[in-house]
Parts: sequence; C-alpha cells; structure tokens
Amino acid sequence: MITELRDALGASHVRDDAATLLLHAHDSSVFEGGVSGPVCYPVDTAQVQAVVRIAAAHGRSIVPRGAGTGLAGGAIPLGAPIVVSTGRMTQILEVDEVNMVAWVEPGVINLDLTKHLRPMGFHYAPDPSSQQVCTIGGNVANNSGGPHCLAYGVTDAHVLAIEVVLSDGSIAVLGGLEDEPDGYDLRGAFVGSEGMLGIATRIAVRLTKNPPAVATLLLAYDAVADAANTVSAVIAAGVVPAAMEVMDQRITIAVENFVGAGYPRDAAAVLLVEVEGLSSGVAIDAAQIEAIGLANGATNVRTAATALERELLWKGRKTAFGAIAQLAPDYYLHDTVVPRAKLAEVLQQIYEIADRYDLTIMNVFHAGDGNLHPLIVFDGRDEGVLDRVHAAGAEIVAASLAAGGVLSGEHGVGVEKQPYMDQMFGPNDLKAQERLRKAFDPYCRQNPGKVIPSAHSCADIQALKAVPKGIWG
Amino acid sequence: MVRFTLATDDPVLHDFAALVGSEGAVAVAGSRTRWSVGGELASGTRTISAPVGIVQHQPEEMIVTVRAGTTVADLHDELAAAGQRTALPQRGGTVGGAVAVGENCLDRLGRGSVRDAVLQVRFVNAHGQLVTGGGPVVKNVTGFNVPKLITGSLGTLGCIAEVILRTNPTPPKSRWLKADGAEPKKVFAALLHPAAVLWDGTTTWVHLEGHEADVDAETAMLASLGDFATCDGPPDLPAHRWRLSPSQIFRQCVSAPFVASVGVGTTWASVAQPKRPLDRGASVVAKRMKDTFDQDHRFNPGRCLWT
Ligand SMILES: Cc1cc2nc3c(=O)[nH]c(=O)nc-3n(C[C@H](O)[C@H](O)[C@H](O)COP(=O)(O)OP(=O)(O)OC[C@H]3O[C@@H](n4cnc5c(N)ncnc54)[C@H](O)[C@@H]3O)c2cc1C
Repeated sequence: MITELRDALGASHVRDDAATLLLHAHDSSVFEGGVSGPVCYPVDTAQVQAVVRIAAAHGRSIVPRGAGTGLAGGAIPLGAPIVVSTGRMTQILEVDEVNMVAWVEPGVINLDLTKHLRPMGFHYAPDPSSQQVCTIGGNVANNSGGPHCLAYGVTDAHVLAIEVVLSDGSIAVLGGLEDEPDGYDLRGAFVGSEGMLGIATRIAVRLTKNPPAVATLLLAYDAVADAANTVSAVIAAGVVPAAMEVMDQRITIAVENFVGAGYPRDAAAVLLVEVEGLSSGVAIDAAQIEAIGLANGATNVRTAATALERELLWKGRKTAFGAIAQLAPDYYLHDTVVPRAKLAEVLQQIYEIADRYDLTIMNVFHAGDGNLHPLIVFDGRDEGVLDRVHAAGAEIVAASLAAGGVLSGEHGVGVEKQPYMDQMFGPNDLKAQERLRKAFDPYCRQNPGKVIPSAHSCADIQALKAVPKGIWG
Repeated sequence: MVRFTLATDDPVLHDFAALVGSEGAVAVAGSRTRWSVGGELASGTRTISAPVGIVQHQPEEMIVTVRAGTTVADLHDELAAAGQRTALPQRGGTVGGAVAVGENCLDRLGRGSVRDAVLQVRFVNAHGQLVTGGGPVVKNVTGFNVPKLITGSLGTLGCIAEVILRTNPTPPKSRWLKADGAEPKKVFAALLHPAAVLWDGTTTWVHLEGHEADVDAETAMLASLGDFATCDGPPDLPAHRWRLSPSQIFRQCVSAPFVASVGVGTTWASVAQPKRPLDRGASVVAKRMKDTFDQDHRFNPGRCLWT
C-alpha cells in the first residue's frame, strides 16, 4: 500500500516514520489511544482521490486532518487509518467580488484568508481563537465558531459550496453559488460532519464587508453572575452585538501576566463587548450596552479609545489559552451551550463541581450565545488527576443538559462527547444521524469511530482493528 | 435509564406521528401556496395536516418553538408583539411548508436564510416514529445536522411536526427607496448591509433597515448613486422563481419582465426556470439519502428535488 501511495503522490509526500506517526496520533485534545497509519500530503483533488481509492482497495479507513487544533479528538486516527493532511493544499484560488465568495483549498489558514481579504474591503467572519493556525477545512468539518459569530453566524452561514471527495474516491459538489441550490442541502449536512462524510478539497466561502465603525467595551464586575446577567439583558433588550465574551478573574490575571492587555486584575469577571456597523447605530448600541451593564452591577465600563487599545483587548481574549500554559502543564477545555438566561446558574454549578473534585477551573467563553468553555487546568503527572478531570467533565455536561442546553457549541463531538450522545438524543434521533452519514459513506470508511455511539453506528467500531481501550490515557 | 433530554411528551406531536403511521403514501398539506413545487403529487396519496400552535416564544433566548401547521402570519403576529421576527417568508403559508420548501424571503440579506433559522426540527419518519434533530439553543454542533437536511427537502424525507426557529429583533426603522437608471452593482457595493436590493433591468429598489440615524445616513449616501426617492415597498414580483448566482443576473439569463435580488441571485420571471441536472456526485448521495430515510418512497410521491 505504501508503494502505491508513494507512486501516486511522490515518495516524500507519504510518511510513515515513527515521529510522524506519533505526531499524528494526537490532536489538541487530551485524548490518547490514537494509532496513525501512513500520513499522506496530497496537493490537489486528483491526488486526494488517488489516496482514497488506494485506501478503499486495501480496506483501510481515512482520516482527514487540517492543523490538528481540534479539541474533541476529531482528527485522532482510530485503528491505524491513512491520514490525509491538507498541509499542501493551501491556495486561495479565487476572490469573486460579484458573487461575494472566495474559493479556497482546505489547508488555507483562517487568519491568512482574512488578511488576504482585508485590503479589498472584506473579511472572513468566523474567527475561532485558534485562527492563526487552524484551517478552513477543519473549520468546515467542525462548523467552528468564534467571538464574532454572535452577529454573523458560525461557519455554516459562510460556506456556499464544497467540493468533496467521497469515501469511494468519487467527487461531489455540494451546494452552489445560488442562494438556494437545487436538491437537498447536502452542503449544510457536510458542514460540522467532523471529517466523517468525505474530504473537502475546495470550499467557496462568503465574503463579509468590513464595517466602517466599531466600538469595543470592557465592563468589569464584582461577580461572574452580574456579567452573565448583563449578557442576557442585552439580548432581551433587542441589541445583538458582534461579540460578547466573558472572562473570570483567574483568566484575566493569567492574561495580564502574559500579554498585559489592560484588564482589571481586581474584577471577579470582565465582559468584552464589540458592536460593529454604521457610526450612529454603533454609538447608540454602545451607550445602551453601557447602561445595561451599569444597571446589572458593572463597576467600571471602558471603551477602547484607539485601534491599538482595541487590538490589545482582543489579544488578551485570543491568547487566553496560551496564557494558561504558564499555570499548569495541562488543560482540558470543555464546550457546552446553555440558554443565556441560565448562564449564571450553570456557572455557579460548574465552580461547585470543580471544588468537589479539587480541581482548578476557569471560565472564558462566548457568553453572547450561551457557549460555555469551562477550562480545567491540571498537571497530568498527578496521580489519578485524569479520572477527576473526566468525572468533573461528565458533571458539567449533565448540568448543561439539565439546564436545557446541548453537548457542544463549536468543538464538536469527536471521541470526547460520543459517550454522552445518548443522554441528549434518543435511539430514533441517532438512527436518523446514522442514515445521513451512510448516504455519504455507505462503507463507514471516513473517520470511523467518532460522534455516533457504537450501539447506533454501522459496523465501523466493530471493524476497527485497535479500539482504543483507555482513550482517557 | 436516564431519559434523553430532547425527548418530548407533547401528546399533539405523538398523535401526529400516529396519523402519519408507517404505511401508505402520505403528504402534509399546509396552505397549498407552494403546492406545485417539485412536481405533481401522485394520485391516491393521503394528505394530512400538521399540528398547530405556538408552543413557546423566548425573546431573551431569540428562539420560538412552533408547531408546523401554524401559519407564518400568526407566528409573526405573536413575535411582533415582542419586537421580533424570523427569516421565514410571509406569503400565506404555514411554518412547516416554509421550512419544507426552504425558500428565503425577499429581505434575505436583512433577515437571513430559512436554513440558518431552523435550530431544531421534530419530524415523523417513515416508520411513524418521532425524530428530533438539532437542539433548543442558538449555537449547537452536537451530532450530524439533521435540521439542515430536512429544511428544503420538500417533505420527501419525513413529515415536519414542530420546529425551533431563531428569532431576531425587528430593527427600529425600515425604508424602501427606488431610482431609475442607478447602477445596481454600485448600489449593492456601497451599502453595508441592506435588507434587500432589487433590480428589474431599469429600476433599482433598496430596502434599508436599522437605527433611524443609520438609515438616514445611507439614504443620503444613495443620492450620489441615483435619483432615489422613498416608495411604499417592493415591486410586484413575476410568478416564477429562478435560482441563480448573484453574477448570473447581470448576464441576461432571464428575459424581461423580471425582478432580480442583487447580491443574492434569486430572480422572479414570467416563465419557469428550466430544470437543471444536479451535480453527478451530489445526486448519487441525494438518491441514497431518499432511499435510506424513506425506503418505500411513502413521502410526497411524485415530487422530486432534482432531475
Ligand atoms: C487554543 C485553541 C483555541 C480554539 N478556539 C476555538 C474557537 O474559538 N472556536 C472554535 O470553534 N474552535 C476553537 N478551537 C478548536 C479548533 O481550532 C477548531 O475546531 C478548528 O476548526 C479545527 O481546525 P483544524 O484545521 O485544526 O482541524 P483538525 O483538528 O486537523 O481537524 C478537525 C476535524 O476536521 C476534520 N477535517 C480537517 N480537514 C478536513 C477536510 N479538508 N475535509 C473534511 N474533514 C476535515 C478532521 O478529520 C477532524 O475531524 C480552538 C482550539 C485551540 C487549540
């Protein structure tokens, strides 16, 4: 098989040395148990097809991989599949201003696309905190979000068409540049499918016009609950800011030590709000948000006076996870969604859960859409700590579901949330998801063993040669 | 065993599932405003109605739970009382019909698309079982995106019983303007986010929404691009809806009279759009989708979304 792959791609673009295999056995999650087969670096659609056909002929499964920044284990190879890296498919193919789209290859880095578009008066709206490294292909597969998705919508709302290589090596073009392409919305089904329906080889993404006016506010609070309540009061008042992000004190202090973003160290929580648009409306919304903040207990409200100050405030938010690395060697970032009105209540439960398991927990999250990101910091060398992290995580999930929420707002299910799927969905619901999947991949060869619990899944789990026993390390 | 959190006890939905049953050809009739889309229903098909009622509107969560048989007009009346609306087009039909057909409203740029509005869907499958996809919050990537698949599927994969839709605040000010001879591409490029820009080959209509001061500012700016004057609303639309890309409307694909949505592509014309074949790969997947969701082709026989 290796020889066939090398013949198709060139010898240097298929790797099976121990270091490469080890690297590709992980993504950015804490999960262990991945076993990588050969790693391939195709350069175009035809080469992707060639790899997929060789895999099919040898009965091997396939795992697509972007930058490996996924946090739910989506790119972790189970059962030594062929890993298809998009690392050499990094071209921005076309920017089409009449149709307001850019055609890109899947390996294009999210921020590189926005940097390319900015001078033309556009940007790519979804801005995950990992945007300096993560790929558009990975964003499509995970339906990724970011702070500015509150007003603009997540990846889903920004992908018009996708060229996909299916697990039999054939090509399908999903969606189109029409507003309502013919047929079922297979594009919509593909976005967020975590690499299990096919490999995206070309993607048409929507261009968003750069707003002429922006206001960035930093509100400080004595209690996390006050920040959370401000968020739901703002939405209840009919104001939808571009972004609303909450950080608790542990995070703000870590960020201050790391980049000096100008956050108050003495506040129990800060709320970062951005409004974008035309100048008058931005001023009106900013004033209203300030008033709502003060009415909900804000002790201080600061509006960024210069572009530089604004950038610094965002740098703080976007480097939060980097800052954590100073505190402890390991972290586990959770991702659940709750109704906005329940934010304060569920946050309180999360702090209590952490106390009970003797864990340090911090919260930095997309408050505007109720997307919680409890962050557990720990030292994996401590005896038994992973069990406690796991048990606390299960309780956080249970608390979010009990509040009327869902398992994941943006990181996906992968291997992480798979064991919880049947707490949210019933057997008929999971069966429908399995049908959707099998319509794309009847053989279950694409990224097997993820998302759908094995009891409801086609034989892929059973077929895996090496089912990871202790995925938790 | 712990009950799964998306389970519903609503007897109305379970009664609807029993009505759909597990045998025989069946189609849900809404208000029949789009009854001919996708072709003629096979004769002998049993037609049923979907349950009616607004279950819960939560303005602070920007969501509404509504049964499929409710009219869009009733839904929007209720939401308007709380200063909100949805992306569904309001032209006499039901919520379930609007979701099944998946056509966006004229103000698509301002209100968003129907596909992005459907957060959760409950439908009855070919075995007469109630199925739930998506979830009851505005942001969710848990599992495969069943709501996207059902939206615009023309009732060929299941019978829609209830949806949770995203709601949005209604902007404080709305103004329609029109001008003859303005350059529609330039008008579209100059506006930050208009609710709609329409063009019939001669006249350009613009729908502005937002804070009054912003609407005034964009109105003033438009004066440099044409002789814009306020008007009551959009022009009358020809009967047939064409699915085009934004660039195709400038390539004389459609003969006059037409009204085209600039920046969106959708065009209304006096003749029907010729059927186009789907992409080959996509049609293979689409056929497998139909076969796996509805093995006996019970749902809406005669209607097809592709050639
Ligand atoms: C510090 C940090 C911050 C983060 N912040 C955010 C955030 O704000 N919002 C957010 O949503 N996520 C965030 N993430 C998670 C992660 O960055 C996103 O999920 C991202 O989209 C993954 O992209 P990637 O290129 O790294 O994909 P990978 O991790 O390589 O892969 C992710 C999934 O996509 C599949 N895949 C990759 N490429 C393709 C393709 N071409 N075709 C089909 N499937 C493919 C893989 O099989 C896998 O299932 C963060 C991660 C980190 C480490």
